[in-house]
Amino acid sequence: MLRRPFFWIIAVTIALFAAAPHGSDVELRESLILAAVYITLASNLNLMLGYAGYVNFGSIVFFGLGGYFCVYFMGSLGWGLASSLVVSGVAVSAAALVFGLGILRLRGVHFALATIGVNEAVMAFVTNFEPWGGSTGIYLSPELFQPLGGPASALWVIYYLLVAIMGASLYLSYFIKRSKFGLGLLSIGQNEDAAAVLGVPAPRYKALAYSASALLPAVAGGLYFFKGAFVQPADAFDLTLSTEAIVITMLGGQGTIVGPALGAYLYEELRGWLLTSETFANFQLVVAGVLLLLIVQFAPEGLMGFLYRRFPRLRRILE
Amino acid sequence: MTALLEVSELSKRFGGLHAVEALSFSVGEGEILGLIGPNGAGKSTVFNLINGVFAPSAGRVAFRGEDITGAAPYRVARLGLARTHQIVQPFAGMSVLDNCTVGACFGRENLPLAKARQAAREAAALVGLEKRLDAPALELTIAGKKRLELARALAARPALLMLDEVLAGLNPTEVAQMVETLRTIRGRGLSILMIEHLMQAIMSLSDRIVVLTSGTKLSEGSPAQVAHDPAVIAAYLGDPEMVRRPP
Amino acid sequence: MLGILASLLDGLLVGAVYGLAAMGITFIWGVMDVVNLTHGAMIVAGMFGVYLLVSAMGIPAYAALLPVLLAGFFAGVALYWIAIHRMIGRPPLMSLLATFAVNLVLIGLGTATWGTVLFNVSVSLPGFSLGRYTFPGTHIMAAVLTAVIAGVLYLFLYRTRAGKAVRAVAANREAAELVGIPTTRILALSCGLGVALAGVSGALISTLFPFTVLSGDAYQLKSFVVTVLGGMGNPTGALVAGIALGLFEGLATPFMPVSWTLVIEFVLFVLVLIAFPGGLISIGRRRPAVR
Repeated sequence: MLRRPFFWIIAVTIALFAAAPHGSDVELRESLILAAVYITLASNLNLMLGYAGYVNFGSIVFFGLGGYFCVYFMGSLGWGLASSLVVSGVAVSAAALVFGLGILRLRGVHFALATIGVNEAVMAFVTNFEPWGGSTGIYLSPELFQPLGGPASALWVIYYLLVAIMGASLYLSYFIKRSKFGLGLLSIGQNEDAAAVLGVPAPRYKALAYSASALLPAVAGGLYFFKGAFVQPADAFDLTLSTEAIVITMLGGQGTIVGPALGAYLYEELRGWLLTSETFANFQLVVAGVLLLLIVQFAPEGLMGFLYRRFPRLRRILE
Repeated sequence: MTALLEVSELSKRFGGLHAVEALSFSVGEGEILGLIGPNGAGKSTVFNLINGVFAPSAGRVAFRGEDITGAAPYRVARLGLARTHQIVQPFAGMSVLDNCTVGACFGRENLPLAKARQAAREAAALVGLEKRLDAPALELTIAGKKRLELARALAARPALLMLDEVLAGLNPTEVAQMVETLRTIRGRGLSILMIEHLMQAIMSLSDRIVVLTSGTKLSEGSPAQVAHDPAVIAAYLGDPEMVRRPP
Repeated sequence: MLGILASLLDGLLVGAVYGLAAMGITFIWGVMDVVNLTHGAMIVAGMFGVYLLVSAMGIPAYAALLPVLLAGFFAGVALYWIAIHRMIGRPPLMSLLATFAVNLVLIGLGTATWGTVLFNVSVSLPGFSLGRYTFPGTHIMAAVLTAVIAGVLYLFLYRTRAGKAVRAVAANREAAELVGIPTTRILALSCGLGVALAGVSGALISTLFPFTVLSGDAYQLKSFVVTVLGGMGNPTGALVAGIALGLFEGLATPFMPVSWTLVIEFVLFVLVLIAFPGGLISIGRRRPAVR
């Protein structure tokens, strides 16, 4: 693994990402935080979408639940950041596994339909759940930033942690793809029935992928909402982010590892350009929709898929 | 000879259609059993019943002594039963090597990735695909895809190989090559249950034949016996001399 | 006790409209194996169609149904050509994403134009009173119109040549092509019908409840729940299951806050999908043949 160039390409990318703001450029840091979140969400979504061929429309639910768990642990139970993040990640991942064992007995379309409702149901539940602040949400006191050296320094810690999570997501995608588990997932994505006949334990593998795809977004959510010191249902379970994650993955190339990262970069550029001419969040989704429609119809393998076909030797270096 | 696969009173009804009715037969170790019959006789359905794609309406299937009636396909594969399809089902976007590696990884031996790759290479070489390991499966010809389907099943190192019309669509040279490959495979201890329409090939390959019509067993015995069975001739074969001519 | 009965009866009426909406989804799914994720947006479009016609031209709400039906039909045909045509025969994932993409565009444009403000269509229709309980005239009218529309659809499918062609394509598209049926045109027609059903059910719902641009989501989820309960591709099942859902809501709403109903419906949805992939209708039949 360590001998393969791609392993080091990822490492260098992460290092560059972390070093870019030079520990002082706040504006760049903020947009890189958003990029890191996009890449994390898209890479993990890719495990289901690109490898196993299952669309998870409500993947934001992992992000939101992770955020809620973390904020709750820190705000109401007084835990430290590290333990809150770890437990949040594990809790959401475990819940996803249990839930996944159930709904992943469903095939492609039925599964996608179910995920549309999961997010709505969780949001409705949390909105009514008083211990978590109901529809108002939970506020964190600024004192919680003290252990990290005060608010300004805390934001940098959060930044580096988010970059680490993004890096972990890329490595997770990579390791899974090169593993037996990944081969099984890919075969499910190609032809689930044939895979089953060959002995691939499809329901179990799909549930594991679903659970794996929940872990890092949950931790990212914990960091993101801790940073904002506030979490409420409308933000935590806003389908916009997971929708954008889908567009990003398809744009960059589902099933590849570079794809989600490249797609996130392109999408953010596009968004930035749009925001200077239109300030309506709604048009953001209109553009995303048009983009997705064009990709699905004319270039379903995305940018990296196209590049790999044109330049097969690229496959030897990248993934 | 202990029965490797034992099928007893197997039935499958789709609404009013009796696709398979009270079928019983067995496959012994190291044996090649041929399953023949007119189109629509239910042969592929029998395969689907054995490897768990359909749950039977009645009857029992036992493999290596274990009851696998209605078990999920992946469990059946894990026990050492591999199967090819009448209409090939390659993993189109994956390479030939990766296709075979999937078979090797999830079959009876449950190999780790590196060993599975090795087993995959061997299986591919057995069917003559060793020069095309990196080619994407969708670029193969029909004959190539059929060989891939076989290699993929072989890579799992199964105890019993079920072949569904593996010779269909091949030209005479390809048929001869495939028949040789099947003989080699059997020589290594694999048992084979095969559905085939190419009479000369299956009659010369099989140790025993089971004839199916309209879901029920019409006749069973050695190729010579079956070829001379008047009921079979009447229903299907037409020429009792078939079995004596070389393939 | 009588209160519950009244609630149930009312639920039945509203449920009929849910059934109509679900028929839109199940129809498209049954004929072309495509799950139409613009369904919610089309329902909302129907709602706004009625609103605009009523406020701009002052015509009675029920008169707006026909234009909405026609507009829905053309929108459906357009949807077919824009998003679905190239997806036929490709993995269902792709058509799912394609219709999802169109939905994004529609909802985005909708919220940009009308924001998330609540809208209402006022209809004054005398209700039917039974003792202390009044069944709103709008509810009765909606159920009656649903029956009429469903009846017309049934007549179309079973008594016309085009309807027969639709059923043939639904059964086996390749075979239908081989016997000379212009499958592409039939697919476009079916898509038009499915969206028309969505639009007209939205139109009817607008006479029952207030709505926003984002209401589509909830009704889309309800439509999916109903479709799954009734069996994908089964219009009669959809109607029956819609009424069942309406009955459930009639029973449940007096006892719990509205936001919980959606959660329960969703949980029901997932459980039914897991236990009965063929819908509740399939319980009576044999165990499904293919795993």
